[in-house]
Amino acid sequence: MAAIEILDLEKSYLVGFWRKKLKPALRPLRLTIEEGEVFGFLGPNGAGKTTTLKLLMGLVFPTAGTARILGMDLDNPRVKSEIGFLPEQPYFYDHLSARELLNYYAQLSGVPAKGRSARVEQMLARVGLSDSAGMQLRKFSKGMLQRVGLAQAILHDPKLVFLDEPMSGLDPMGRREVRDLIQQLRHEGKTVFFSTHILSDAEALCDRVGIIHQGELRGVGAVADLTSQTQGKIEIIFYAQKVPADLTSLGAEARVSGDMVNAVLPEERQDAALEVLRRERLKLISLTPVRSSLEEYYIQKTRPTEDRKEANQKEANRKGVGV
Amino acid sequence: MNSRVGYIAFNTFREAVRDRVLYNLIAFALLLSGAAILVGEISIDIERLVVVNLGLTAVSLFGVVIAIFIGIGLVSKEIDKRTLYTVLSRPVRRWEFVVGKFFGLTGTLVVNTFLMAIGVLLALLYVAHKFEKMDVWVLVALYFIVLQFLIVCALALFFSSFSTPLMSAVFTFALFVIGSLAEDLRGFARITAGVGGWIATAIAYLVPNFSALNVISQVAHGDAIPGRLILYNSAYALLYAAMAISGAVLIFQRRNLK
Repeated sequence: MAAIEILDLEKSYLVGFWRKKLKPALRPLRLTIEEGEVFGFLGPNGAGKTTTLKLLMGLVFPTAGTARILGMDLDNPRVKSEIGFLPEQPYFYDHLSARELLNYYAQLSGVPAKGRSARVEQMLARVGLSDSAGMQLRKFSKGMLQRVGLAQAILHDPKLVFLDEPMSGLDPMGRREVRDLIQQLRHEGKTVFFSTHILSDAEALCDRVGIIHQGELRGVGAVADLTSQTQGKIEIIFYAQKVPADLTSLGAEARVSGDMVNAVLPEERQDAALEVLRRERLKLISLTPVRSSLEEYYIQKTRPTEDRKEANQKEANRKGVGV
Repeated sequence: MNSRVGYIAFNTFREAVRDRVLYNLIAFALLLSGAAILVGEISIDIERLVVVNLGLTAVSLFGVVIAIFIGIGLVSKEIDKRTLYTVLSRPVRRWEFVVGKFFGLTGTLVVNTFLMAIGVLLALLYVAHKFEKMDVWVLVALYFIVLQFLIVCALALFFSSFSTPLMSAVFTFALFVIGSLAEDLRGFARITAGVGGWIATAIAYLVPNFSALNVISQVAHGDAIPGRLILYNSAYALLYAAMAISGAVLIFQRRNLK
């Protein structure tokens, strides 16, 4: 069963003084996320990531379309028992301590009274806040609040966790901890849907990513596939003090780094390049296809429309298929 | 009561009692009751009248200020600060949130009124040296003040479900002032003919009738409050508050939380 089925979900807001102008925040979005998947929703600020999450959480109502979570309609009250949500830059009741806040949320989530306190303490320990559990949240740093946010999202042991920019504003250690937590959730079999604009995090954590820009889903793919696509080029690294002239004449883009040369050239010239190395008696270190990174995919999908068409056409030509 | 409504109400109550501003307002009200003693002592033979009048007016006014001050932020503050997101992403229905907030604030005001009432009763004891039979009507007046708070809370919550805190405060306070003159408005409507009369009648009956809930002057003079009025006022306040809360729920159910 799909964890999330988004069926042409759409959101527009009325703007302007007379509220007559329609501004689309999310164009019809169709997306399916399988159970147990870690899905990254990527896009620049204002792309529609938070709007999508708010629609799924029932915080805003769709202009059109619908969505199903764990096979249930969004307005089914049981849905909310199965999901956890961390909003972007979360703000909590600052008159409460972390322990009181988690206890309150546990009550609202229907965690049974028996074992509720133990569950709260367990969550506090899991996010490293046991020592400051009694302190009022108004005295917490941003990183600590983010940890509280993560704890409240997984407090009731949900099957599906939505995280909106979970690494935003965190220091490197905090980011690492959030990464570890998402990995743990994956091992526990949870489905994780998180939005981010930090591509390295998505590349490290996600099974699949979706790229959204200007309210429109521009592409979806498995991270392994996206980063394993070759660009029709190879990279040869070998020991040499300078770039052999014959290699340059093959069209290689080469640079010398210490006693090594790094050369990139079209893959059809691989044999000729190796012949040059053999002839010059140069020692080969490695020969690998040049892989496209998630960053390249992201840039390609989020660049202005005309550029994107051109890039898609180039990619199709290279693969020998029509667009 | 639905358990989630209870949890939200308790959290609202806890938030209010941890707010220092609340204590400042209570302190002011108690000071005013204390000042009533001084004024009473220089008002020969009418000490009781002055203490009851000033004391209960202080309880009423400061209670209304607290009700408006906290009530207007109940929903809008949660939206602005986005604390609502982590509540409504749980199995909490929107009506439960609104009703929980209302009960939380009402509970806060009942406790505040109780504290301020102790101040008034102590002042009364100080000037009269003993409680008399007619002082029971002071308790009825305090009960009516609580009923006023119920309506003010509900109105503040209603306005805050679609308006900014400032505008909600203005609307609620304006209705409180107009509602305090409701009997005069009804009198005006009776003597006005034609369309003007119809409009005046509609307004007079639409605004909350706070003047019927204000019996401070009667109890200060030691007049008894009829049982029928206690019954009518209770039903009226509950019905009016329920209508305002229902309106708040209807609006909030459809609201996009940007």
